Amino acid sequence: MDELLSEFLTESFENLALLDVELVKLEQNPNDPELLGSIFRTMHTIKGTCGFLGLPRLEKVAHAGENVLGRVRDGEIAVTPEAVTLVLQALDRIKYLLDQLEATEAEPAGDDSELTTALNLVAEGGTPEVTTVAAVSEEPPAEVEPEAVEPEAPAPETAREAPPPEPVAAPVEEAATPEAPAPAEASQGKPTGGSVATQSLRVSVDLLENLMTLVSELVLTRNQLLQMVRHDGESRFKAPLQRLSHITSELQEGVMKTRMQPIGNAWGKLPRLIRDLAHELDKKIELKMLGADTELDRQVLELIKDPLTHMVRNSADHGIETAADRRKAGKPEQGTVTLNAFHEGGQIIIQIADDGKGIDAEKIGKKALGQGLCTAEELASMSQSQILSFIFRAGFSTAEKVTSVSGRGVGMDVVRTNIEKIGGNVDLTSEQGKGSKFTIKIPLTLAIVSALIVEAGGERFAIPQIGVVELVRAGADSEHKIEIIDDAPILRLRDRLLPLVRLTRLLGLAGAEESFEHAYVVVSQVGNSRFGLVVDKVFDTEEIVVKPVAPILRQVSCFSGNTILGDGAVVMILDLNSLTGSLSAAPADTLGAGDDAGHAHESTSLLVFKADDRTPRAVPLGLVTRLEEIDLAQVEYSCGRAVVQYRGELMPLTDIHGSTVLPDAGRKPVLVFTDSGNNLGLVVEEIVDIANDVVEVKAQAQGLGTVGSAVVQGKSTDIIDVAHFVQNIFGGWFEGIEQEPFRSDEPEQRRILIVDDSSFFRNLLTPILTANGYEVSKAESALKALEMRDRGDTFDAIISDIEMPEMDGFTFAATARKGGAWKDVPIIALTSHTTTKDVERGRDVGFTDYVGKLDREALLAAISHSIDLEEALA
Amino acid sequence: MSAQMVVTGAEVENELVSIWLDKQLVGIPVSQVQDILGPQRITRVPRSATEIAGVLNLRGRIVTAIDLRVRLGMPPRPEGAETMSVVVDHKGELYSLVIDEVGEVLEAPLDRFESDTGSLSSDWREVAAGVFRLDEKLLVLLDVGRLLLIGGAPARAA
Repeated sequence: MDELLSEFLTESFENLALLDVELVKLEQNPNDPELLGSIFRTMHTIKGTCGFLGLPRLEKVAHAGENVLGRVRDGEIAVTPEAVTLVLQALDRIKYLLDQLEATEAEPAGDDSELTTALNLVAEGGTPEVTTVAAVSEEPPAEVEPEAVEPEAPAPETAREAPPPEPVAAPVEEAATPEAPAPAEASQGKPTGGSVATQSLRVSVDLLENLMTLVSELVLTRNQLLQMVRHDGESRFKAPLQRLSHITSELQEGVMKTRMQPIGNAWGKLPRLIRDLAHELDKKIELKMLGADTELDRQVLELIKDPLTHMVRNSADHGIETAADRRKAGKPEQGTVTLNAFHEGGQIIIQIADDGKGIDAEKIGKKALGQGLCTAEELASMSQSQILSFIFRAGFSTAEKVTSVSGRGVGMDVVRTNIEKIGGNVDLTSEQGKGSKFTIKIPLTLAIVSALIVEAGGERFAIPQIGVVELVRAGADSEHKIEIIDDAPILRLRDRLLPLVRLTRLLGLAGAEESFEHAYVVVSQVGNSRFGLVVDKVFDTEEIVVKPVAPILRQVSCFSGNTILGDGAVVMILDLNSLTGSLSAAPADTLGAGDDAGHAHESTSLLVFKADDRTPRAVPLGLVTRLEEIDLAQVEYSCGRAVVQYRGELMPLTDIHGSTVLPDAGRKPVLVFTDSGNNLGLVVEEIVDIANDVVEVKAQAQGLGTVGSAVVQGKSTDIIDVAHFVQNIFGGWFEGIEQEPFRSDEPEQRRILIVDDSSFFRNLLTPILTANGYEVSKAESALKALEMRDRGDTFDAIISDIEMPEMDGFTFAATARKGGAWKDVPIIALTSHTTTKDVERGRDVGFTDYVGKLDREALLAAISHSIDLEEALA
Repeated sequence: MSAQMVVTGAEVENELVSIWLDKQLVGIPVSQVQDILGPQRITRVPRSATEIAGVLNLRGRIVTAIDLRVRLGMPPRPEGAETMSVVVDHKGELYSLVIDEVGEVLEAPLDRFESDTGSLSSDWREVAAGVFRLDEKLLVLLDVGRLLLIGGAPARAA
């Protein structure tokens, strides 16, 4: 049966039962205005719904009844037993019609004019009622019958369709006992099943919540018992307990089901919203809703409603273009916003997709930079999805104009917060010109979650399964090795580098810090960031009942709740979302130290790999954005160059020889380098290792694409020159020059400081300069560099970028020249665009020389020249 | 010190559970005490205020435990010393106060009560509702609401 209709029936039967009672009360108490008002409203509701559903017969009867009641309410006619009887008759008629409706899903044909006429007469306070009423008043219960049977006369006509006359008469006979008729008739009219009214009950949400809590407690106790019996070995409790366990599970499921509602309930208002939006924004938008019957806990549903509405609104406002723009882009004028909900692995996935213009990652990146949400260097190393996730930051809005709909800088951050609050996460993918897709994952229910129990620092913790990707045992004897890079542990997991963090450290617990010998790594994912949580022990997965933490502990943000385990102990439930917040801050302070200060022999992490031959090659790990594996069969060719579709873009590929044509089969590891937002893939044979060695570049380069060779882990290893590949592929965008292996004739160690906010360039230049006999220090900003000066660090030459946040290169040079130890140190400007004006300005503020980025020859010449000049002057 | 403050029974609860902390005697109104427990298995809560000993399971309810010694700025208990807990109800929420030992339930003489806590150290003044001058010892009457004001965050508006 149509859901709307069945809801209407349930509601109407309830209302009718109520009316019966109230009308009788009214008869005894004719001047109770409150009662009158209530009766009128109920009748009015029935009438209104009938009209809405297109049930004219019902509506007419209800309308006539309402009329009478309205007059009574307004004091225009008095409450007489006759009037009440007539209204009760109208109710019986309505009941009869509803029953028919329930049985056949259609209003029976027939005519109620006699009844309505009588009612109308009463309403007008007229006399004709006397005939009917007189008859009625004599012997009410009996009189009802003839009175009602007559209008019932049309019923036999209906009988052609289904019901025989007898059941039709039945309600009338029972009119005096108002409560009974509905079920009684239903069993006659529709013998196969109960009526809608008896099939569904209205139960208060509080009662259900309470049931849920009780069931949760039952689950806990069950778990406790199971654990006890498990330890006992053979126990006579085993069998009954198993039964108890099953029943508990079923009960839990059953109670959960009572709280389940189709997600469509949260979507009800969206079609209208989209329609209005389309109108207001002058766009053509179609809203597709799939999986509306996917059920989820009503508590979750309530919480997800607003974020969903907001996201759909956003998609329509920002995502879908105007009809004109769409036509220009060769798309159909009508844009589509698709909502899709489905179950997957104990979670609900909701996708909101549009086929609009997509999100411009570059624009987002620039905006983020402009708002100081990240540094240029961080941005350079970010993946597209990481950049896109900026839109979830507080205060971030990309809307160029503020519409009444969106673009006010509030929204997506709230959306994310709300979703994360209920233990879900939201992810965004977007393809420019094609559209964007938000994917929300939320748990089915909040009350009971599946969690992994781990131990760290002697304490157990629960990690909600939703955030756990996998579990890895790492250690010396395992295939997964943990390496320490700059004090930061990293796990190599299937060619991906996973930052690790000890749970003990995150939580400030004392624990075994010494080694990672037998560590368990819980690979976790929050939003787009994936990290490994190192724990001491891993127990099993348990269904836990989430209880909120006591108010006194609310300010401790790393826990989303607590629970009682099977053994009766309380454990805290980790909130991975807030833990990652502290995580991003944590490694920074350990990594930072090695980055800006340390001198020449600072160790560099090298990624060691093999290409076409047995010679191990290495590249500074800092230059590698990502490690991927690519099926060469997927390689395509564009402009005579190998490319592969990668993260929604075409990524040029090359091999160690700079080839533009690659073999066409096999899976190969690929090192992805990123420069100015462009990815470049270097196809290699095998990733060997990550070495955390002091780089001492021994010999000079032997060939193209190599800066020199070094002894890495006791083996002679070629250090590849990423600049060569970058230049080879992206050469057109820079002032590329002929490649030639550089031979230095500078034997003594000179000290050079590189000031550049881009780690890419800092890391790129370091091996080149080291290979040429310089001792290199790095500073990630001009201010950091000045701090080094104030600390008393001295250098033979400084290489500085021009465009840097906070203090640019010009200001830096001017400041250095003003006084202090670096007054006379040669400062060479490094920039990607060298215009005459820039060069002039550079010289004015005190730059010794000016070279283009990636112009190694010129740079090395400039350094050597500047130093010589300086020494000659000294 | 001003000893003039003699307060009537209507204002001060004098039916108390006396509690030993080190050598100090403190009291909590009986009406607020729900339970007295022996040594408990307490789960530590990392990153919480130092006064918070952790959380424990009290017949299926999760209760926050507060170490009164730490709360009152007293020296820590000797290693391995047994503790007891007094469970108190504050605004519908249960808290377990970890103490050294429970003394007795007593009716403190109201004419020996002093609401002026000026003579106490600031740590104590903050949480004391007054002092009973018992024959053998002074008993500090603790204000449970103020005891639970930890880390600047009230246990719900106190």
